[in-house]
Amino acid sequence: MVTSSLFKPLLLVATLGLAACGAPEGSVTRDGILDPYESGNRKVHEFNRGLDRAVVRPAGRGFTTVVPDVVEDGIGNFATNLGMPSVMVNGLLQGDLETAGLAFSRLFINTIFGFGGLMDVATAFEIPEARTDFGETLYVWGVAEGPYIELPFIGPSTQRHTVGRVVDLFTNPLSYTLDSPEKYWGPAANIGQRLSDRGRYSDTVDSILYESSDSYAQLRLIYLQNRRFQLGQEDPSQEIDPFALETEGF
Amino acid sequence: MMDRRHVLIGLTASAALAPSMALALNENQARDLITAVIDDINTVIASGKSEGAMIRDFERIFARYSDTSYISAYAMGVDGRRASTAQKRAFSDAFQAYVAQKYGRRFREFIGGRLEVKGVRRVKRWYEVDTTAFLQGQAPFNVTFHVSDRTGQNLFFNMFIEGVNLLLTERTEIGALLDQNRGDIDAMIADLRRLS
Repeated sequence: MVTSSLFKPLLLVATLGLAACGAPEGSVTRDGILDPYESGNRKVHEFNRGLDRAVVRPAGRGFTTVVPDVVEDGIGNFATNLGMPSVMVNGLLQGDLETAGLAFSRLFINTIFGFGGLMDVATAFEIPEARTDFGETLYVWGVAEGPYIELPFIGPSTQRHTVGRVVDLFTNPLSYTLDSPEKYWGPAANIGQRLSDRGRYSDTVDSILYESSDSYAQLRLIYLQNRRFQLGQEDPSQEIDPFALETEGF
Repeated sequence: MMDRRHVLIGLTASAALAPSMALALNENQARDLITAVIDDINTVIASGKSEGAMIRDFERIFARYSDTSYISAYAMGVDGRRASTAQKRAFSDAFQAYVAQKYGRRFREFIGGRLEVKGVRRVKRWYEVDTTAFLQGQAPFNVTFHVSDRTGQNLFFNMFIEGVNLLLTERTEIGALLDQNRGDIDAMIADLRRLS
């Protein structure tokens, strides 16, 4: 009952947001991507790239170099563990009891036996990963993906995923139950995890942002394919028929 | 020297196997093809050669096991229709070198890691081979190959890493290069050569 009264206004906001951003016609790219806000998105992309070059990339590389791997893993595990209540809530909202149950088990095991979530004991016990978010919940509920959006600081997203991210700020029960300063541990660990990822996957990220001929288009394509793959969403590009093309001369 | 000879023997051995692979494609053959690709990649990585030498080996693996003419044609997209035969040939060569360079450099991350074939399933007229990559210090991730006998030989024509598709990624890249050169195919090919 508490959740439903909490969700009603949020859903209303989300639905209004989706309705208000109806995409104009004729805004589909060569790759079949719905991107009516491309010119604005490209400006945000340049901002994000500048931010990455000046701050995130050097900080991430420094972080990975200075911080021992064990500590980096610990921060990542801690951040993931704090996300489990949110995964549990979203699993339940999707009617996906397995994900909800896994999230519960992981939270329980890693918090108790993994020193408050610093160690991922659950994986050692071969408990599968549990990952979902409110964007996926919206997908399960039948909400359309909507146009592509690149968000400042956060990066590539879709309209649906963006609404999901906003709602997820509120669906994590920890943000209601913890007092400060404990309530800042989650966000701090998340930032640590992001820096750590930027440092560890430096070559991959660099190749997309700085070595491709159109980093905006490349990032957009990679994000959308990967997101659809994670959601198990139908994606026609997953079935390219090799018999349907003239290859004479190549 | 030993390493180089080892790889050459490996490549010759797989060349000798090629005729038997020309039979109609089935699940086992699709799996065997990808297993051979993985074995060859692992051999190159384990060889401890210089990066340049490894990338040349990857280019050979790519030429041997993948449907290069299809991948090149797809990457060029509709612009391929207005390309001359010479341009198609030049593009195909430059593109293969570029792909080997781009992906070969990334295979360094595979050092100490492994790929495992998880399963095979038929999709329309081709086969999908699912593998899991286990790399050091990373959560396992999904790598999928699509295999067909379109050319009369069993070859892979697409690869997905966590859903991210090689064909689409490279068509976007080539499309952007063409845009930068205002549609000039020769200039695009020259740029592609500079990238590899």
